[in-house]
Amino acid sequence: MSKSLSGIYLPVFGGIALVCGVAIAVANRGYGNSQIETLQTRLAQVEAQKASALTEAEESAARLAELETRLSELESKAANAVVGGEPVAAHEGSFGLGRPALPEEIAAWNVDVLPDGRGLPEGSGDVFTGEEVFAEKCAACHGDFAEGVDNWPVLAGGFGTLANEDPVKTVGSYWPYLTTVWDYVHRSMPFGEAGTLSADETYAIVAYILYSNDLVDDEFELNQDNLATFEMPNRDGFVIDDRPQREYAEWRTEPCMENCKDSVEITRRATFLDVTPDDGEDSAMAAGDDAETPTFTAASAATEAPSDQVAAEPAAAEVDPDLVAAGKNVFKKCSACHQVGDGAKNRTGPHLNGLFGRTFGSVEGFGYSSVFKAANDEGRVWDEAELDAFLAKPKAYMKGTKMSFAGLKKEEDRAALNAYLATFGE
Amino acid sequence: MDDMFKPSRRAFLRGGAAIAAGSVAGSVAAQEADPLITELQDWASYTGAGVDETPYGLPIRFESDVVRRNVEWLTASPISSINFTPIHALDGTITPQGCAFERHHSGAIELSKQDYRLMINGLVDRPLVFTYDDLERFPRENHVYFCECAANTGMEWAGAQLNGVQFTHGMIHNMEYAGVPLRVLLQEAGLDAAGDLSDKWVYVEGADASSNGRSIPMEKALDDVLVAFKANGEALRMEHGYPVRLVVPGWEGNMWVKWLRRIEVTDAAVESREETSKYTDLYADGTARKWTWVMDAKSVITSPSPQMPIKHGTGPLVISGLAWSGHGRITRVDVSKDGGITWETARLGKQLDTKALTRFYLDTEWDGSPMLLQSRAIDETGYVQPTKDQLREKRGENSVYHNNCIQTWYVNAEGIAENVEVS
Repeated sequence: MSKSLSGIYLPVFGGIALVCGVAIAVANRGYGNSQIETLQTRLAQVEAQKASALTEAEESAARLAELETRLSELESKAANAVVGGEPVAAHEGSFGLGRPALPEEIAAWNVDVLPDGRGLPEGSGDVFTGEEVFAEKCAACHGDFAEGVDNWPVLAGGFGTLANEDPVKTVGSYWPYLTTVWDYVHRSMPFGEAGTLSADETYAIVAYILYSNDLVDDEFELNQDNLATFEMPNRDGFVIDDRPQREYAEWRTEPCMENCKDSVEITRRATFLDVTPDDGEDSAMAAGDDAETPTFTAASAATEAPSDQVAAEPAAAEVDPDLVAAGKNVFKKCSACHQVGDGAKNRTGPHLNGLFGRTFGSVEGFGYSSVFKAANDEGRVWDEAELDAFLAKPKAYMKGTKMSFAGLKKEEDRAALNAYLATFGE
Repeated sequence: MDDMFKPSRRAFLRGGAAIAAGSVAGSVAAQEADPLITELQDWASYTGAGVDETPYGLPIRFESDVVRRNVEWLTASPISSINFTPIHALDGTITPQGCAFERHHSGAIELSKQDYRLMINGLVDRPLVFTYDDLERFPRENHVYFCECAANTGMEWAGAQLNGVQFTHGMIHNMEYAGVPLRVLLQEAGLDAAGDLSDKWVYVEGADASSNGRSIPMEKALDDVLVAFKANGEALRMEHGYPVRLVVPGWEGNMWVKWLRRIEVTDAAVESREETSKYTDLYADGTARKWTWVMDAKSVITSPSPQMPIKHGTGPLVISGLAWSGHGRITRVDVSKDGGITWETARLGKQLDTKALTRFYLDTEWDGSPMLLQSRAIDETGYVQPTKDQLREKRGENSVYHNNCIQTWYVNAEGIAENVEVS
């Protein structure tokens, strides 16, 4: 803004200089004396004018400074209004638009439930009824025991895992208010048939979810009176946004511009995971490779010397940690139904410890489909080739399998999963 | 005048030398006349499409790769899922609606203007129902705002994972909205019944099956929230809430309720599913933050990036990216080519609005050495975009949401870029 104002005032000074210059040039060209006198008189007049103009200019400059101060004040004040346009003016009274909402209309839509229970309708439901309703309306996605199928939410368990590397956030382990569960189930579930559950059905489903979390016994009945006071295990597990105290104070500082670190190495690379969807045939995205990457140092921006610290080279014929890490990630698709590692149990699918070398359909206590029972009779044994073929097209390779998983289209994913599963012994 | 042309002439000569040194075939090719110039081309001879052929135009077929993409393994069903804006291929700041990311909890619904109703109830003097036509009779404003999903960059907490800026940062769009300030509608219904407004809330919900509902403190509701019906000059797209959505500037996208059907004034937060079990940020110690509404300052280089490698070899290079802050304006963006050892301040593009995307450019020369590209945004509150390690130190790796870390692209000597983490 100061630039444009100076632009307005500058021609005033420029104009005076030009008038003076013309007068002097004309005086030196040998005109008659009278003309010279006239010119000298005029020159004196012009100089007087110049002096008064300079005074005016000084005053103008002072006025300018004052104006600029006021402008910068106005500018900062009006910044929002100027950039975003002028705001809608305050309006006295009503526009008289819209119509009154009728009581039955409000009743139809105003169904949210607050943590203190306001909004809960009369009704009740017990665990026994809940189990039946849940099996019919919820289990297809959430599993018979609320354990979650495929990527669908797990509703039960996960207690004590919130501080773990892989926390399991369920209704039991995470949700702070039971009113939220009732409200969400009632309004938004079942997926694809929202809003069809009666109040009693909802109370029953919520009672069953509590039961599947071991929070109530099988005699329990939930109703409008005991729901809001039901204390959820993680009720006090939340703090209101404390970024201003914990982060902003620290991160509102002038940042470093030079020599901010001594050296920089690459510590993790996305291409090793290969979980990015294809970008089409002409993909410009880098393929995962184990090419050496440079270390950057403060002395010279980039040195060609490869770093030893950079993503460890896979050792030939040994366990490739990057492949295993990638496999761990792929396994997320399987973990809703299969467990591995210490204490792995059969879930929707059998546990996968010691998979390679084990006979098909041989995990004790797991109810296999007939196709796996037949493979067991034949004495087929799991190896990497079998798993690769199975996972490429599960339903085609083992016709009749209960496993609903569509399979892993990418060979790299299957190889990674193979490498990951190979790390789990009996 | 001569001086003005010297740098570019030098650059031209240098470019020519690079081609000559690069390959013999290249230099020969450069000497042959270009048939695209010397020969008559079809498009210069035959006629093109008539004005009656395309009543509503789509991008030309050569741009068919500039589309939203999703990551199949992220969610159980594409109906309750998210896709990503191709920010690598866009420039300027406005996101075309047709490629702006979508997030649905029960799929995108078809709701006509005729069937649209908006109810205001709760602690108001006059519970009201508005039709779509009613909304267009209230005074309205135009604003450009970014909308970022709280989970943007959420897959990158535990390590560099997705190899493309579309996937790491594409849960964002930036549009110019026309809409009625929410406070105008609240005043129409009258807030005397609510008494002291300092501890009141509005609960907003959509008309779709998920009925996504969020609680917004009254102070924000009376500030800059818009009930919007147009974006980038035309009606909202179905996937963005046609005919009416809420715009909550600077705050997480989940609160921008689509197919807005109800606004309830309450005396407490509803603590809905979307503000308890989701959109809360888990700390390493097992406690979680709630009501983390504001999107902190963030930036990312969109080119070069994994989907936008350097194809032109050494010489002039434009490093370009986006910066934004839910706290207001972006005042500065710094770029590093060496993983954060040295920083240069980039040139900012046009500032459209507060809480809107800002484009930045670093016009530079590339000598062909590998680079570790980073950008760092600073907003008008002086907040400096943190590194991933700074964020992890405060929050651990399980927050899912609000990952506004500095992103690193490793560009190798061939110009191929990769998503990496650095020490």
